[in-house]
Amino acid sequence: MAMTVATPLLPPADWRDFLALTKPRVMTLVVFTGLCGMLAAPPVNGHFIHPVLGFTAILCIALGAGAAGALNQWYEADLDAKMRRTQKRPLPAGRMERESALHFGVGLAAFSVILMYFAVNFAAAAILTLSILFYVLVYTVWLKRRTPQNIVIGGAAGAFPPLIGWAAATGQVALLPLLLFALVFLWTPPHFWALALFVKTDYANAGVPMLPVVAGERVTRRQIGLYTIPMALAAVLPWPLGLSGPLYGGVASVTTLVFAALALVVATRTTTADDAMKPEKRLFSYSILYLFVVFGALVVDRWMFA
Amino acid sequence: MTPDEQDLVRQRQRARARIMALLLGAFVILIFAIAITKIRQGLA
Repeated sequence: MAMTVATPLLPPADWRDFLALTKPRVMTLVVFTGLCGMLAAPPVNGHFIHPVLGFTAILCIALGAGAAGALNQWYEADLDAKMRRTQKRPLPAGRMERESALHFGVGLAAFSVILMYFAVNFAAAAILTLSILFYVLVYTVWLKRRTPQNIVIGGAAGAFPPLIGWAAATGQVALLPLLLFALVFLWTPPHFWALALFVKTDYANAGVPMLPVVAGERVTRRQIGLYTIPMALAAVLPWPLGLSGPLYGGVASVTTLVFAALALVVATRTTTADDAMKPEKRLFSYSILYLFVVFGALVVDRWMFA
Repeated sequence: MTPDEQDLVRQRQRARARIMALLLGAFVILIFAIAITKIRQGLA
């Protein structure tokens, strides 16, 4: 006699859970850097990008980032369930079928790329596709569970938005957006390793080979200090290269100096038993503010001096 | 399915349908705006 096993059916997921899949907080920084890349771009044939097309490009960047976030959560549902920071997400919390997250992520990714291509241009659509594939395949599927270099190489995925914004406005890529790419790429390791230092046990429990888990705190602290040096160079370089004016030069120099000072404190100290990890938390919080300020200053500077 | 579960399913379906309607409306407006912009740029 054939037996059927009843599987518990979940009610349809709430729309807020679909929104949560897109990682809205991460999206804020992605949208902001993409917008700054677009606003810093020079006019083409005397015209800046039309506001409607500019809005569409930013919307596509946001949707593409959301799609990548959804696919990341679809693939990492098992990891998320083991970490306190992520166990309340829709999939590990059991509020959504995995298949729904997959369909949502793939659909949103395809929609964002197709809309970018037809409404904006090929270059922006191509870089958007590359960034989604890089985040999902290279970072999430390939690197994250295999190597402590996961966020170093994977950081490139988060560095694409200024390039996409610039490409949307001009149809091509230039030296300044490449420096912005380098800045976000080199900013990612100190930013994430500062976080990894104070949520180390969470990553260890989930079996994610983050640098503090695999190589220990001392190595991680040294790496934070080392990555800050090229990051500082990438941040300040647009000024001496004549790609930005003195306003950006001044703001970037001062804020980068503060970043370097905070990173130096983290790089040179040793944790004590009753440590609240304040310097690491300070560096993590400041690093987010830093990126907003530097990118914002670049746009204001380009509009004032370019 | 209990009546409470049925209510929850209906409630979620209604909320999702409302959001989809809003998104589709926004999409139509966006495509219209893009089309007008492209036509004007083509004429300029």
